[in-house]
Parts: sequence; C-alpha cells; structure tokens
Amino acid sequence: MSKKPVQFTHNGSAKALFVNGGENLLEMLRRGVGDLSPKYGCGQGTCGSCTVIIDGEPHLSCLTLAETVEGRDIQTTGGLGAGENLHPLQKEFMEGFAAQCGFCSPGMLMAAKSLLDRNPNPTRDEVIEAISGNMCRCTGYNAIIEAILRAASQLQGRAV
Amino acid sequence: MIDVQTFNTLGEATQAVSSGGRYYGGGTLVMRAINYCAEDGLDRVVRVLDPSLKEIRMDGNRLVLGAGITMSELIKNRDAEFLSNVARAVGGPAIRSAATIGGNLFAPHPYGDFATALLALDAQVITADGSQQALDVFLTSRDHFSGIVKAVSLVVPDRGAFRFKKVSRVKPKGVSVMSIAAHLPQSAGRISNAKIAFGAMGPTPVLANAAARALEGASLDEATADRAGAELKNDLRPHDDPIATAWYRLEVAPIHLKRLLLEGGQ
Repeated sequence: MSKKPVQFTHNGSAKALFVNGGENLLEMLRRGVGDLSPKYGCGQGTCGSCTVIIDGEPHLSCLTLAETVEGRDIQTTGGLGAGENLHPLQKEFMEGFAAQCGFCSPGMLMAAKSLLDRNPNPTRDEVIEAISGNMCRCTGYNAIIEAILRAASQLQGRAV
Repeated sequence: MIDVQTFNTLGEATQAVSSGGRYYGGGTLVMRAINYCAEDGLDRVVRVLDPSLKEIRMDGNRLVLGAGITMSELIKNRDAEFLSNVARAVGGPAIRSAATIGGNLFAPHPYGDFATALLALDAQVITADGSQQALDVFLTSRDHFSGIVKAVSLVVPDRGAFRFKKVSRVKPKGVSVMSIAAHLPQSAGRISNAKIAFGAMGPTPVLANAAARALEGASLDEATADRAGAELKNDLRPHDDPIATAWYRLEVAPIHLKRLLLEGGQ
C-alpha cells in the first residue's frame, strides 16, 4: 500500500503529488495542494460545501477518490479571483449578502460557476436546480439565487 | 491507508472483488464508507477502467446501459431520453456527475430512485461474468453479491407508457419519501402487463404486483386508480425513518400513485 503519484491541473497550474490510498480529493486539495477553499462539511454527499469543478462538471471532492483525477482539470473557488479582481459571482455574493457564515459559499460558487459556464443565461429555476445539492443554513437561499442571476447578467454584459 | 487496485479489464477486477475487494464505481457509496470508517474490513478498493462499463447500445430490442454510466451522462444521451427525468431526480448536479447506474442498484434505503424506475421497466442485470438476472430477483440478494454489475438491459417503453414521480419534502431536491415508477403499456385503450415499482417503501425498491394486477385490462380512470391504490397495503412494507413514518408512507402512497396514473409523472 504505497503512495501513488497523481498529476492534474489545479486552477490552471500543473500539479504533481503523492496521495495516500483511499485519500479523497478534498484532503488532497487541502493538505497536499494547500488550497483551503473547498470545505469539509458532511463527508457523505449531502451538503455540497466541498464542490469543485472537474473537467467542467461539478463534483463533490469528499466523495472523489484522489487518484481518479489523474490528468484532469480541477477548478476551486481559490482560483476564481482574489483581492481587487473578484469574479462577478464573488462580487455579487459579497454585495448581495449571499454569504453569512460563509461555509457553504465555496461550494455554492463552484456549483454556480459550473452552471454559468455551460448556460450563461439561466432561468431562476435553472439556478435553483444548479444549487439543489448545496445546503445553506443561514441565508434562506434567496440572496444566493439573486446573486447568481445578477452575476449571470454581469457576465453577459447586461445591466444589473 | 487503503489499498486501491486499478484494473483494465472486468475479468481482473471481478477476481479482485470476489476475493474481498470493495468495488469503486462512481464513489458515492464507497467514499462515504471510507470517510466514516463505516465498514469493518474495508481495506481494499477495486477500480476498473474497462470502457464497456460506459456503453449505451441496442442489443436486439433491448437497450443496454453500462453500469458505469453516470446520471449526468445518461441525461445527455438521446437513446435513453425516457429515463432523463429519473436521472435528474437523483441528487444535485454534483452527485449526478459521480452516481452511476450500477451504484444505484446498491443504494441503501431511502435512496435508489433510478433502480425503482428500472424495476418498473422489467430490467435485467448483466454481471461481469456474463450471467443475467431479473432486477427484482437481484435486489433481494444484492447484499450478498460479490461480483461486478456490467450493465442493465431493458425494452424501451412506448412513448407515454412510462411514468415516474419522486415524492420528497424538500424542493426541488430532497430524499425520497417515496418514488414511484409505472410502466403502463396499452392495447386498444386497455392496460396490459403493467408494472409498478416503489422506492423507499422497503429495504430495496419493490414491485407493487397487486396494484399492477388491479390495472390489468382496465382503462386509466379514477375508479381504476383507486382500485390499484387500495391494493398497495398488500404490496408495501415501509419502515419508519427520519424522513417519514411507515404509517404516513402507507397512507399517502395511494394518493401519489393515483396522481401518477391520472396526471402523469415528472
């Protein structure tokens, strides 16, 4: 039972590291890569706080065996934007009070980004469906849904 | 540390599973067990990269769906369009990126909505050793299965003959209070060879044979739906769980079945 090498792309950068047998992707990202943006919530696929994007699809990193991401492209909230250069989703979450305790936000943001990447002009129902696997215990969801719709408008160059 | 073994062929992987390895399909069941150290002796995980697990093809009049196909992949496939609403009922988008058809056959109560649909469609389970078994028989002994499911096969239903409904308290997505699937072939306006299956109404998805018999030769009207609903007490043995009590499930099952029969599914 030796460690196994894994090579992948993380937020646009090539990474190569060794993972333990049975280690999940979330552990690999947090401990191995040092990307603390995806959060450990439930460990069983209920809360969605560990959501990352793998090859364009949302995935739960806590339920993904780390070595299965060999050769794949991983995006996390850590790569969305920082400082003055926030992604429109991050700006709208901040300005629309879509984050309170903030624990669900990284998963919500990646679920939303995955939606907007393939459907830049979603309906409200499509937004609700896109975040249906992500739990928020603070906001009541409405602020999150509105923030995602406003970010979609911004990304489309429409007035918000 | 867990020993993860990856094989290129189903044959090699089947040997590893039959000697005690735990099969890793999409990860939604196995990784949960690993994260929670929930299974004694879970020290070896078996992966297989065999492309046949991802095949969708016709074999005579039967549609064959590889066990490794995820719900997301199925939703995008036009040959399996009649199952896309069922696949959409499984979890949120991130779960559907990982959850596989094969894994759903093993999903514990109250999960297994996709298996419920397959049950109503009289699916056969094809295992890696080439043998086939009716899904209802397979489900009764699934806890003792020590091989690998390669695919499921089923006859594509006539347009409008298949209906599915998931009942949950949380919208748009929640764990099933129950899921109901009905295959209602008709001949000259009369139902013939109906199959009805319920999920979350027992340890595994189950057929409601008495209810289906009540539909035989009848037209789909309110009286027929009431007769079928009245038979459910003979078909279903739900348990209490945090989602609903057995009493509640049995009380509302005829109402949801009636809605499915008269109003259609999701």
